[in-house]
Amino acid sequence: MEQPNSQSNQTESQESNAAGTTPSPVAAALQRENPEWVREVIEALGETTLIVPREYIANICALLKTAPGLQFNFLADICGFDRGPEEEPRFEVNYHLFSTMKHHRVRLKVLLNEDDAHVPSVTGIWRTANWHERETYDLFGVVFDDHPDLRRILLPDDWQGHALRKDFPLRGYEPYSLE
Amino acid sequence: MGLENIIGEALPEILTTQLDALINWARKSSLWPATFGLACCAIEMMNATSGRNDLARFGSEVFRASPRQADVMIVSGRVSRKMAPVLRRIYDQMPEPKWVISMGACATSGGVFDNYAIVQGVDKIVPVDVYIPGCPPRPEMLIHAVMMLQDKVMKESIRDRRDAPDEEAREAITPGTLPVTDGSSLGETRVAESKPYTIASRHEKRRSF
Repeated sequence: MEQPNSQSNQTESQESNAAGTTPSPVAAALQRENPEWVREVIEALGETTLIVPREYIANICALLKTAPGLQFNFLADICGFDRGPEEEPRFEVNYHLFSTMKHHRVRLKVLLNEDDAHVPSVTGIWRTANWHERETYDLFGVVFDDHPDLRRILLPDDWQGHALRKDFPLRGYEPYSLE
Repeated sequence: MGLENIIGEALPEILTTQLDALINWARKSSLWPATFGLACCAIEMMNATSGRNDLARFGSEVFRASPRQADVMIVSGRVSRKMAPVLRRIYDQMPEPKWVISMGACATSGGVFDNYAIVQGVDKIVPVDVYIPGCPPRPEMLIHAVMMLQDKVMKESIRDRRDAPDEEAREAITPGTLPVTDGSSLGETRVAESKPYTIASRHEKRRSF
């Protein structure tokens, strides 16, 4: 799996790698499928991060799960990240994938603007995304389109606001009272 | 409540103190806790009931799963805002006489969690009799707290907890009065009319401390 891809990677001109590092086979496979699918590849600390556009996230994940060389059958985590109210794009959604057959990992990162924080849901590909996307919605306000049951999961059902945003105060807005 | 109040009202004063002593001794010697282990303090509570530190020696023979059969609620662990109405409901389901032990720093004051999600002290929800510091407190500290509660029980009087439940207390909690939402703020949030929980129970209106 490694050798053929490393030879084909050297012909890819879109990746920028430091001299001597082996480019990621996952990124290569995705770029072979459709060059628009990978905007950026970040290799740091032995981990591969691919920044992908949000429109193709469902197609990308379907390919990553089913392709015989990749077989990312385990969605380890979906988490959100708020870069801050002044950043543009504001939100990131990170998908951590692991392959129990091939034992390789990859992280997909989707960048979202604050006023249009919508991402297609990958619940159809991995069932565990159901609760992870509910958590990301609950704590950041990122809406997952076509999610079967998008509602709060950690905070109380009638909570106002999204708690892990950088502009949400640590102590909340008011102390607890029984009313 | 029941028989002891009727007898207590019929007896002259000198005998009421003897009845008090008997009733209080019976109550303190059989304080059955309701299992309300929420977080890490629950593990120390389990330790307090297991073989090495045996809480059953002091009368807490069984931890009743049903609050209807329990005397004391040991709130062990941090109480989140989502759990707070549930805790209040369990407390309201306990029959009188009832006591509350707040175990650990999180139940007493929110502990290390000074944030939006944790109630800063369970005494904002239920009246507490004994506070235990610690993170987590040693099992011996929980046993000491139960002994302190027993001393407190011995100082009570049957004149404090009267019979004839208040009308308003009986109506305060009716099933299905918690807010009904589906958690999604994409649509409109429907909040059903819920009765306030601030009606004082007879536990809170007692006169001896």
